[in-house]
Amino acid sequence: MSKKTFTVTADTGIHARPATLLVQAASKYSSDVNLEFNGKKVNLKSIMGVMSLGIGKGAEIVISADGNDEEAAINAIDTLLKSEGLAN
Amino acid sequence: MAAILKGIGASDGIAFAKAYRLMEPDLTVEKKDAADVAAEADRFRAALKKSEAELEVIKEKARKDLGDDKAAIFEAHLLVLNDPELTGPIEDKIKSDAVNAEFALEETANMFIGMFEAMDNEYMKERAADIKDVTKRVLAALLGVDLPAPALIAEEVVVVAEDLTPSMTAQLNREFVKGFTTDIGGRTSHSAIMARSLEIPAVVGTKNATADIQNGDLIIIDGLQGEVHINPTEEVAAEYKKRAEAYAKQKAEWAKLVNEETVTADGHHVELAANIGTPADLDGVKSNGGEGVGLYRTEFLYMGRDNLPTEEEQFESYKAVLEGMEGKPVVVRTLDIGGDKELPYLNLPHEMNPFLGFRAIRLCLEEQDIFRTQLRALLRASVYGNLKVMFPMIATVNEFRQAKAVLLEERAKLEAEGTAVAEHIELGIMVEIPSTAVIADLFAKEVDFFSIGTNDLIQYTMAADRMNERVSYLYQPYNPSILRLVKMVIEAAHKEGKWAGMCGEMAGDETAIPLLLGLGLDEFSMSATSILKARAQLKNLSKTDMETLAAKAVEMSTAEEVVELVQAIEKK
Repeated sequence: MSKKTFTVTADTGIHARPATLLVQAASKYSSDVNLEFNGKKVNLKSIMGVMSLGIGKGAEIVISADGNDEEAAINAIDTLLKSEGLAN
Repeated sequence: MAAILKGIGASDGIAFAKAYRLMEPDLTVEKKDAADVAAEADRFRAALKKSEAELEVIKEKARKDLGDDKAAIFEAHLLVLNDPELTGPIEDKIKSDAVNAEFALEETANMFIGMFEAMDNEYMKERAADIKDVTKRVLAALLGVDLPAPALIAEEVVVVAEDLTPSMTAQLNREFVKGFTTDIGGRTSHSAIMARSLEIPAVVGTKNATADIQNGDLIIIDGLQGEVHINPTEEVAAEYKKRAEAYAKQKAEWAKLVNEETVTADGHHVELAANIGTPADLDGVKSNGGEGVGLYRTEFLYMGRDNLPTEEEQFESYKAVLEGMEGKPVVVRTLDIGGDKELPYLNLPHEMNPFLGFRAIRLCLEEQDIFRTQLRALLRASVYGNLKVMFPMIATVNEFRQAKAVLLEERAKLEAEGTAVAEHIELGIMVEIPSTAVIADLFAKEVDFFSIGTNDLIQYTMAADRMNERVSYLYQPYNPSILRLVKMVIEAAHKEGKWAGMCGEMAGDETAIPLLLGLGLDEFSMSATSILKARAQLKNLSKTDMETLAAKAVEMSTAEEVVELVQAIEKK
């Protein structure tokens, strides 16, 4: 399993558009991809799961992936979070 | 069978096309036992596929017609549709409970909807609506019924609906929707205003359109007489072909006036301006010879989305309109939300009397972040044309002073930042509350102009909700009480050397125009499509004669007497 920790920098947190982008990115991989925030873990391929967390600016989130393309999945999400200015 | 429905002609013209019912189908779900759960799960997956294909088409259509911003919502809907946390439990439920897919879907979706609705974050609560929307689509696919998809209409149709909301209207394809008819509504309802801005014939308030018209019926919409013909006989259809041609001919006559100034028979000039909602409406203003924009309703920038428009987005729209009008006056009304126009994302509490409640300038002075963002965008855009700013729903002189002070603060900030702002921007108010009309003389010392908003002024003066059909008889533009208020406002403006306009429906009304000319109105702002007709009418009127007419009209006792008076003059 691969995992990586990020701090959310987007003013609006992980809502609406950012959540859409994240779920779209995660759904491209066959690995199980999860997002952990505040002690809760949700499926990153689930838009409702991601949005139900209500992740705001400054939040610490952990992305983990488990499966044969886990590295690629983590890297893709890392690139996305940074290029969209969502987290670092 | 041929039949005729009577309603209110909301937008001129005659349309022939097949009926397209914009109605929600019955999506009632019954719980049934599933004998073959694997087959039931397959049926569910097939419905997902079908829904996905539909959403893709709608998304692309929205992207093409409305832009990426508006398409984003369908992007989110696609994700909800394929959300494993939603589809997984539904399939599990089909299998474990041996129930039909419809029931499993509804139960599971309701659980999620309830969960999102219970969250104390407003944004989350709204996501419940997304889940409902998506569930409805899948349910329709399972039940084998069609959801109306106005964005997908690809042949010429007449839309038949109970009522048309702004968001439904936004989805209509202007190329194929030739006209529409609704059960409810009047000349000033949203659907009517939209029809005029889209320049398509419409008849509203027919009461029975959705009951009497089936999909595919041949419909004639007669927006001139307020009639809808269902499956007309050949004779009637032939007669209407003639009328449509005659109307087209008359329009061609009017079109010759497009580049002319509006001058009365005795040489008096008035300005005919247009009411617009978006920069896209400018084409209509130009093709109809508008001498300015008398009312730019900025609400549309804020509607049909899930967050406030940024300063930059607003700036681009205002700039586009100011540049498009090439130096002609553009009166921009600051945000007028509340009443019948809601913004779900502001999460304003439900009010018993929204028309008398927290709306327009009242909201802007309280929620100053929203107001200041809009004012900054306007001030920045001011250098691109002839901007005039107008505050809506002003009830007291203090409200105007406060709004003006906020505007001046933002101007000072922008100037300090080195941003260019036009040197002189006229500041005016909408006169739509009787208290303001009554002390128009005092307002006239402080404002640069008045624009009389008759739709609201009439409803507030008569204390009659314009959305309530049972009191619609009290919507009386020609009532002497209204005429006297209008007279007071115009005279007060002129006494201080200011100008007075009107941007309500009354300004484009054939019967009202002679009276308004006589009362001295300087600017008439109306639906762009009414401008040429009004110009043709004004060319044949003498201002001096109309002054005599107006003086008599304000002495009449009833609206009916006023109408008789005007019609007698016209017959001469």
